[in-house]
This record gives sequence, C-alpha cells and structure tokens, in this order.
Amino acid sequence: MIADRITEKLNILADAAKYDVSCASSGSKRKNENKGLGNASNGICHSYTEDGRCVSLLKILLTNHCIFDCAYCVSRKNNDIKRAAFTVQEVVDLTINFYRRNYIEGLFLSSGIFKDADYTMERLVRIAKKLRTEHNFNGYIHLKSIPGASDELMREAGMYADRLSVNLEMPTEAGLKLLAPDKNRQDMIDPMNFLKNEIILRTEEKKLFKKAPLFAPAGQSTQVIIGATPESDQQVLQSANYFYKNFNLKRVYYSGYVPVLADKRLPALNTTVPMVRENRLYQADWLMRFYGFNVNEIVNNEQPLLDLDIDPKLSWAIRNMQAFPIDINKADIQLILRVPGIGMLSAQKIVSARKFAKLSLDQLKKIGVAINRARYFIVCKSNEFERRDLTGQNIKQFILAESQSKYIRNTQSQLSLF
Amino acid sequence: MYTLVYDGTFEGLLTAVFEIYERKLFHVKLIKGEWRSTAMFEEVVPVVTDDERANRVLAGLRKKLSRAGIQRLYIAHMAEMENEENAIVGFIRYVFDSDQNIEEDYGNKYVMRLSEIIKMVRREKHRMEAFVRFQKLKDETFYSAVEPDFNVLPLLIRHFKSRYADQKWIIYDIKRGYGIYYDLHDTQYISLDFTDVKNAGNVITAFSEDEGIYQHLWKNYFTSVNIVARKNTKLHLRHIPKRYWRHLTEKI
Ligand code: SF4
Repeated sequence: MIADRITEKLNILADAAKYDVSCASSGSKRKNENKGLGNASNGICHSYTEDGRCVSLLKILLTNHCIFDCAYCVSRKNNDIKRAAFTVQEVVDLTINFYRRNYIEGLFLSSGIFKDADYTMERLVRIAKKLRTEHNFNGYIHLKSIPGASDELMREAGMYADRLSVNLEMPTEAGLKLLAPDKNRQDMIDPMNFLKNEIILRTEEKKLFKKAPLFAPAGQSTQVIIGATPESDQQVLQSANYFYKNFNLKRVYYSGYVPVLADKRLPALNTTVPMVRENRLYQADWLMRFYGFNVNEIVNNEQPLLDLDIDPKLSWAIRNMQAFPIDINKADIQLILRVPGIGMLSAQKIVSARKFAKLSLDQLKKIGVAINRARYFIVCKSNEFERRDLTGQNIKQFILAESQSKYIRNTQSQLSLF
Repeated sequence: MYTLVYDGTFEGLLTAVFEIYERKLFHVKLIKGEWRSTAMFEEVVPVVTDDERANRVLAGLRKKLSRAGIQRLYIAHMAEMENEENAIVGFIRYVFDSDQNIEEDYGNKYVMRLSEIIKMVRREKHRMEAFVRFQKLKDETFYSAVEPDFNVLPLLIRHFKSRYADQKWIIYDIKRGYGIYYDLHDTQYISLDFTDVKNAGNVITAFSEDEGIYQHLWKNYFTSVNIVARKNTKLHLRHIPKRYWRHLTEKI
C-alpha cells in the first residue's frame, strides 16, 4: 500500500535528519498573500520530543543515499543501513498536509549528497519552488545548502526559502579534515559568503522598492558538533563569534555528539551525550548575542573551558568581583544585565519600575529575579543584601549548596567553614 | 467589609468600580454570581450592570492608561481566572488614586499581579496556537477541540485567520461550550450540539478519507525524531503538561 511505503520512507528519512538540532522557525516575516496557506513569523513549537526538544518543522532528508563518508554521520557511504528517497511530490504533500493540521510551522529539508552537489541542490530547490508557486505556501522553509553548490542554485534557493544553512560540522578545520575527509571547509564558506552578500544586496533593494521579492528573510545559520573532536569551548566559541561577525549568521547551533557509529577517530559508543556542555555553550552564545558580553570575557586562555557546575554569567561574575555590587536602583541596564539571576525581562521591568519608587529585594523577587544568585551582586533598598565581604569562591559554594540541598537547613553555616 | 456581587461581565466589573467610589466602600470583595437575598450574614451589595456607569469608568481609565494598558485589563478579565477580580479592581483603584500612569510600576502588588495574569494568559494563548490539532472532515472543514485553562479563544482568531486563510476551520472549547468557525471569509462564534459531550474531542465518523493516514504519519514522525540517548522526561512534561495530551494527535 502507498501509505505503508510513505510511512517507511518517513521513518528512515526523519530518523536520519534528527541529529541536526536546529529547529528554529522564527525570524522570518513572510505574510500570507492572496489568501493562500500559511505565514512565517514567530516560530511556534508545536510539540516536544521526549528529550524535550522543540518540534516545529517537518525535518527530513530528501534521501539518505550519500557519496561521502563523514565519520560522525549515520548516512555515510560505508554505513550499512536501509536507504530511501522521497519524490519531490511526496515531500510537497507531506508538508502541506501536516501544515494544514497545525502540526508544523513548515519544512526543514536536507539531503545526503547523491551524484553531486548541484544535482542534489537542484532537487531541494525544486521542492521549495513548487510549494511556493503551485501551492501558494507561505509557511517556513529551511533548506540545507549542499557544500559546493553553484551560486546560481544558491540564488534560486534564497528566492524560495526563509532560511539557508551550511553546517560547519566541526568547530575547526583540523577537526573537519579528520572526520570528514571528503569535505573541505572552503566549500562550506563559499556559499555562506555568497549568501551573505546576496542578503545584504537584497535588503538594500527592499528598502528602495517595497515590492522587491523576499530573499532568505530569516537569514542563514550553521551547526557545529560538540564533543566528537577535542576542541575547547574557547575554540568553539571563538569560531562561532567569527562566523557571527563575518557572515551575519542568525544562529550557530551546538549539537552534542550522539555516538551512533564505531570508528577509532570518534568517541566510544558508550560515551554519554555532552548535554550539560551543550547547554552551557548555548548560554554563552546567548550572553554574546544579547547581553553585551565579549567572547573573551566568557572564555580565554586562562579559562578555556566553560564551568559545568554553574552558568557562564555567574562564572564570569565570580571571576570579576571588582565589577560588583551593582546598584539596582541606579545602574545602567547594560550593567544590570550582567548580574547573575537577572534576565532580559526582569532587567526591563526593573528599569521601568524604579522610576516610581526604589525597589527592595522582595519586589525584585516578585519581578522575577532569582534572588538566591543575584543577592551577592547587588545593592537595593532593603538591608538584606549581602554585606559580608565574600570571595567569588565563597559565593559559588553558597549558591551550589543552596541549589543542591534546598531541604537541608543550615547547610550555609556548615559550608562557610571552607 | 462589603461583598459586591456582579454578573461576570467587564461592564459589570466597571459598574462595581463606580459603586465603590460613589458609595465610598473602601473595604470590598468582588465576586461573580447571582445575588441571593438570603445570604445576609455580611454586607452584600448586588451590582446591577449599567452601561452608562461602566462607560464613565472606562473613560476615566482611558485618561490614565495607554491603549495597551486598557487592553491588558480587558484581557485579564476575559480570561475568567478564578478570584482574580479583586486584583483587577485593586489595579483600577490604584490607577485612579495615582496622579501619573502607573502601568509599569512593578513594585506595586496590583500592577505586578496584573502582569502575572497577562503572562499566564499569553502562555495559554501560545499553547493553543501550538497545540491545536485539526482533523479534516468530509466537508473539508478542519476541526479541532481544545480545553484551555483560561478563556482564550477570542485571542486566537487573528492568528488562525491569517494563517489558515484558504481552509474552513473550527476551534472548539469543550470546557466552555463554544467555538470559533471560519468560513473562508469571516469568523463567528458558534456552539455545537454534541449529544454526548465526551465525543466533542473526536469526531472520527465525520473524518475525510485521508485523515487517518496523516494522523498515522504524524505519529510516526513524532516517534522517529526522538533521540533515546537524550531522554529527558522532566523537560518534556514541563513543555507539554499532561492535561493537554488528550487532544494531541501524537500523544493519543
Ligand atoms: S555529506 Fe552529509 S549526509 Fe553525506 S556523509 Fe557527510 S554529513 Fe552525512
């Protein structure tokens, strides 16, 4: 039966695509035109996997046939697995029917490389084109750019897709050489560069002519795999920073390596997925993009690895006690954002509320500040803020003790012996 | 302490505020319900909704709040959260008792509470935008049953209308017994007559032919994308609390 065949393909090709972690469907501003189907703006997570990741797009490979042999990839040429390939129409039907039922925000289409880069890319583009032109589909489309695809195809891809991405895969060139001998970093950087320039050009055009067509309105992103090669967090974040700065990337995704293959170049199969590290990298990335931190403040030669016990902002704060305390009722928002336990929304609320009256610890708590962390770094109207002259190490001990054993009283006085 | 009993409408609530000021009732509690003259142990004041009085209060609010501020007040009340009327009335009184616009005075407990209420309502609205699962019926209408914690259906119209402009759809709140129907042009409120309310969530007899196939494919997709090595049930449940599961195709 046809349904069974599609089900089998879907199982194989969704399974093969799932290790690509980027799932964002936001950042576009495609409107629903002429009463068509869908729009794309603030991406919605329609569901969550049992591992807690957002399901927002139909994320599949067009095919898992591949001529390359990247060590970390389940679809590699020499891996003995079931292969499958969708037809263009099958992908279109799945997307439209899932979308109409409000299962998804759109399509994230990637592919193994069959024949060559252009041949593969051309298929991906054809699907996006069909969705846009034949089905008046305005939902989100993310296409993976195949490394080495021609500028011409990349340009066409940008006309139909909201986002394009080339995965760097490994944080450094050396790592890539080791694990993906068929790939070369320049082949990844070229399309990125092309897209960057094209996006700048088209944005200028759009300013002049409102009617100019959209070109990859959600920009480009990339993914690096963490923990398959021995790069430090400093190397990972430096490289992310470089790509943010030089290629106007919207997002860098960090994907903790899931050991799926036995290979002497890779961590053993029983290695656990570095989920805490991955989370810390995202937090650090967040600090660089929204909290005004410079990458060197987070990781540097003295501190090449992120602290796994505590978040990178707290880690920075206890290394820089000279920057505190910060007066909540007076300080600039940029400084308030640097206080551990104060997020973007709380910082904005603080700045609004303090115009009416000075804020106390209690009020800060209500506003949403995590007092157990923030109190060591601030002064406010109350008298209860920390007055002892604590070292960064003391503070870390206190905070860790509190968060691990909330139910044991008096831990604090015991720990102060250290 | 006076207890004011009002009819649950926004106009009723504004009328109550009018009474509070006119009769100088400073310690009050507002409850929704029908006034019964037998409940005479405390001082109970029935509020008779009066559009003119309500409008006068609204006009007063307009002078002291931004448009968005008024809208937030309206949404907070519409959500029908239990026992939150008093926070809303407290907020309104704080507005009238201050000389300046106090919308952002988060140090004040009423302003903060209102902002929390709005946050909860927004989250519920977002959840509905995410968790609606349409089922295609034979007549090509896409039907979905939901049971939101708060009354948020009216807030969903804009999103679904602009997204699904080319298909007919119904989103039905089983808990509150009403829904929105979009007929390719406009939306209207409807109430459906289910002989057995339990069936409202599943109208399988009226499914289109391919509905079963796509539900099956979606469930398969959902299972395929899971990475067992990363299992994290706590996080999963925080994102999709169990009470939403019964209307999620992939979770049934
Ligand atoms: S080219 Fe892509 S699909 Fe092919 S083996 Fe490498 S990572 Fe896997």
